[in-house]
This record gives sequence, structure tokens and C-alpha cells, in this order.
Amino acid sequence: MPQILVEALAKTYRVAERAPGLVGAVRGLLRRRWREVHALVDVSFSLEAGELLAFIGPNGAGKSTTVKILSGILRPSSGRVEVGGLVPYEDRVRHVARIGVVFGQRSQLWWDLPVLDGFDLLADIYRVAPARYRRRRDELVAMLRLAPLLDQPVRQLSLGQRMRAEFAAALLHDPSILFLDEPTIGLDAPSKLAVREFVRRLNREQGVTVLLTTHDMHDVEALAERVIVIGQGRLLTDGPFESLRAGVLAERRLYIDFAGPAPELEMRGVTVRSRTECSLELAFDPAQIPTPKLIAAIATKHAVEDVHVDEPAIEEVITRFYDLHDLHEARETRAARKA
Amino acid sequence: MQWARPYIAAFRARFQLMLQYRVAALAGFATQCWWGAIRIMVFAAFYGAHAAAAPISLADAVTYVWLGQALLALLPWVADPEIGQAVRTGGVGYDRLRPLDAYGYWYARSLGWMLARALPRAALMMVGAGIVLPLVGLGAWAWRPPSGVAAALLFVPAFALMTALGAAVLMLANIIVAANLNERGVNAVLTPLVIVFSGSLLPLDFFPDGLRPFLHLQPFAGLVDIPFRIYFADLRAGAALEGLALQAGWTLVLVGFGRLAMERMMRRLEMQGG
Repeated sequence: MPQILVEALAKTYRVAERAPGLVGAVRGLLRRRWREVHALVDVSFSLEAGELLAFIGPNGAGKSTTVKILSGILRPSSGRVEVGGLVPYEDRVRHVARIGVVFGQRSQLWWDLPVLDGFDLLADIYRVAPARYRRRRDELVAMLRLAPLLDQPVRQLSLGQRMRAEFAAALLHDPSILFLDEPTIGLDAPSKLAVREFVRRLNREQGVTVLLTTHDMHDVEALAERVIVIGQGRLLTDGPFESLRAGVLAERRLYIDFAGPAPELEMRGVTVRSRTECSLELAFDPAQIPTPKLIAAIATKHAVEDVHVDEPAIEEVITRFYDLHDLHEARETRAARKA
Repeated sequence: MQWARPYIAAFRARFQLMLQYRVAALAGFATQCWWGAIRIMVFAAFYGAHAAAAPISLADAVTYVWLGQALLALLPWVADPEIGQAVRTGGVGYDRLRPLDAYGYWYARSLGWMLARALPRAALMMVGAGIVLPLVGLGAWAWRPPSGVAAALLFVPAFALMTALGAAVLMLANIIVAANLNERGVNAVLTPLVIVFSGSLLPLDFFPDGLRPFLHLQPFAGLVDIPFRIYFADLRAGAALEGLALQAGWTLVLVGFGRLAMERMMRRLEMQGG
């Protein structure tokens, strides 16, 4: 039995619609027209305890809606959801006691309270036994380097400091599942690294199941063994990132520096992406031409100084994937199509 | 007490936070002194002309005014601003993530908000109108202690019930705010309703005879009129107990109704903004 089970999940919102301008506003007063927005359509997946899954997709794709349904905040229009044997929105109180949630764009700590007071309050709210709370709190404070921040009111923290405190706040009651909705949004590079490192340790060392949504492909690269891409409310792919890459953009890049001027190259299955006077960037499909063969073919004919092979950046793979599925700013295009 | 621990913590946190606002307490105190003085002058003018027609004595009317001004912040005449804020910013999502009874959690917080605003002002008012006025020779216009031991003892549960009932009314307002994402409409309706029907504006016995049976039975009477008349022993013994029963009954009804409304509202809640 998987820890998280989602079957044929759908969520439809009803949105009041009116024509723009004054005439539209007046008409809207008399007769309101409703439009249905399908935030999620037939989404199914499952997750075993201890897994780490990343949800990616353009804005408005339905990632956050999925997290909100799984965490018990929203109820779906149809479909089946079970988390640890409970239906989140039916058995909300028992369910939420076992999960931790961090929304990157909101705060669960009390703005005017010092961080430590907020932690104490959460321990009361989750009824964590005092000794257990102190142990857990000290552990999290050490892992997230929070000691110097504990007596500061939350409003005085920088975003990076606050997110570290938010992570601790979400974990004081020792949940077995952690939902993260864009946890690295707006953070600077060191804070992002700290968050990723922390999430990885939590998942590997403490076996916490993690489901995160993100737009930052480095989060995916650093953390997730498994990626679900969601677009226009539908689940488009589910698997290791490498198989997504293989299906979408299998090509490799070969960067060559020549001793003399860069030559003209005419080879089957190889395209020149860019050139300078003495260097070339080639794209090729390793299934058509194995990498050693390509390098050998060039090096025997030309004086080569340096080579290195790379894969397209993860952003490029995802952008290509979105292009293939016509997925940019999903909701707007759907609305436009309906109108 | 493990069961009550989260609710007590939520109450205490809000209470402590609100107590920090000393300037607001002083400003509220000043405003309420001013209004209290004006209302007492209006009563004095009325009693000067029609003392025989009045249902209570002038001294009781003066105490009624001071008590009302002291406890004004206990009246649920505006929805809890924190709730409006939480629904607009989406912070309400985190409220849904707490393993607590959703109604109880908000109730505890709103109760903390009400009491933290009311108690410092009441203390200041007690010193000002109850101690300073008699000392400066204005004893006739002072806030008097309860009329007898029985009245004092009965006022304790009456005060607790007016607070509980006030929070139950406040919760209904909070729920409407949460459903509409805006508090203006609710407050515009709630303020005059509470001020008039609680007896805060005028003791309910001053209203026309035909209206009085209704006025004495409706829920808002338990916020001001009933507890205050218990305080100066206008409601005694059996009548006082009836008053307490009315307060308790309406509190239970409104809490029950609020719980149902909250359940419905939360089912169709949508989290704003991403």
C-alpha cells in the first residue's frame, strides 16, 4: 500500500465572468455568467513512504491545487485521495497532525512574535509533549542554524532566514510526510543550497516522504529521483528526470577548440549550434553517432586543442517539453480559447 | 488539560500580543470617557424633565453608562480583523492545517482579541469613573460598585456569559467575512444592530412598551442589558437566573449555528492567490 494514493483526481472551480468595461460590469450585476476552470483533470499517481517527488509545470498548471488537496485544505470535485490510509479532506484533523507543509509564498509563523515563541505555540497547537518538543526543536535549530534568530520577531528576518524558520515550524511535530510548495522561491543562492541540503538530509536520514512543487530546475536536479510534469491540469509524465530527458531532448553538446580556424563540418546527424573563430558548439544524437566516434572523426582531420561534452541544461529540456505540449501560461490560453 | 492545550495557547498568544498596544488602550479609554460623559449629560437632562417616567434610577443609569463604556470592546460590533486578513492573504490555509477543531481555534483567538482590548480599558475606567470621580466630589456621577453581595456574585457568571455570547456573535461575523473575503459589509450591518439591540445605546426598558417583550428575548440583550441589570440588582433572584439562562441558551444556539455555518463555508473555501 503506497503512502500517498491519488486516483482520477479532478478539481473544477467556478469563476464569475464578465465582459470588460462599464457595460460589462453593469451587465454582470444583472446576470452573472459562470465559467468553469478545470484546475485538475484525471490526475493519478502514487508515492511510497520515503520517496522524494518533484512536481513541475508552468504557472497555473495545477501543482499547488494538488498540494492543497493532498494536505486537506481543499476538497476535490471528484476522484480518490488517500494519504497514509486517510482521506485528507474527510479526516482532516487526524490527517494534518501527521503532515508538515511549507508554502514558499506564505508564513505560518506569527509576524509579531519572536521565532522561539512561535515554535512554543506550534508545540502547544500540535500537543507535542514538552521533552519531545525540546529535543526536536534543538535538533532542527542545529540543522537549520537558527540559534541566532530565535529571539527575533519574525517580521525582522530576511526571507532566507524566515524560510529556514518556516521549515523548522513545519517539522516540530515530527511529521512523516512533508509537502513543499515552491520552497525556494525568491531565495538567494546560498539559501537555496541550504534548503536543498536540508530537504535531502530529512529525506535520506530521517526517511521523511517529500513532495515538492517548484519552478527552479536546480531543485529538481539536486533533489528529485522522480518528477511529475503537470500541465493544463493533466499529468503529462511521471518518472525519473533522465527518462524525460531521453524522450524530449536526447541530444548532447560537443564543444571543440581548434588550434587553427574552426573548419566547416558536414556530418550526418550533427548540427552546428554556434561558432567562433577557433571553436564550435555541435549538437548530436548519441544514438546516431556515439560520442567517441564523433570526437575521433573530427580529431583525425583537424588539429583539436580541447573538447568537452555536455547535456542540454535542465531548463532547456523542460522548455522543450512545455513547447511540445503547448504549455505556456496554461490557464490564460485555455480561457482565451473558450472565449 | 491536554485537550484544551492548543486552544488555551491560541487564546494566550492573541491576548498577550494585543496587550502590547498600550497607546490604543489609552486612546480607547479617552474616547470612551468622552462618550460616557456626553451620554450621562443626556441622561441627566432626561431625568431632570421626566424622572417619573424612567424605568431605572439616575444613579443606576449612570453606572449603566460607565459599565457600558468600560466593556465596550467586549461588544462584537466589528468582525475580528485577523480573520479578514487571513482570508485575503491565504493565511487561512495554514489554519486548515492545524489538527484542531476549526471553530474552536478561531473562537479562542477571537476571545483573546476581545478580552485583551476590553480589560485594560475597563481597569482604567474603573479607576477613573469609580475612584477618581468620588474623590473629586462628583460621587453622584460615579460608577458604583454592584448593588449588594448577591448582585456581585451573580454578575460573575453574567460577565462570563456576556463574553462567551459576544465571542459567539463575533464568530458569526468572522464566518461571513471568510465567506465574502471582506469585512466591510458585515461590519456595516453588525455595528448598528449590536449597539441598538444589546442595550448599549439605551437600556432596553427605555424602548416603547410594545417592543420590550421582543427586545428582552432576542440574543443581543445578553451582551449588555441583562448582565448590567444584574449588576445593579434591577434583575434579582429568579429574574436574574432567567437572564443567565437566556444568555447561556443563546450562546449555545449561536455556537451551534456558527459551527454549522463554518463547516459549510470551509467546504467551499478556495485559497486565494496561487
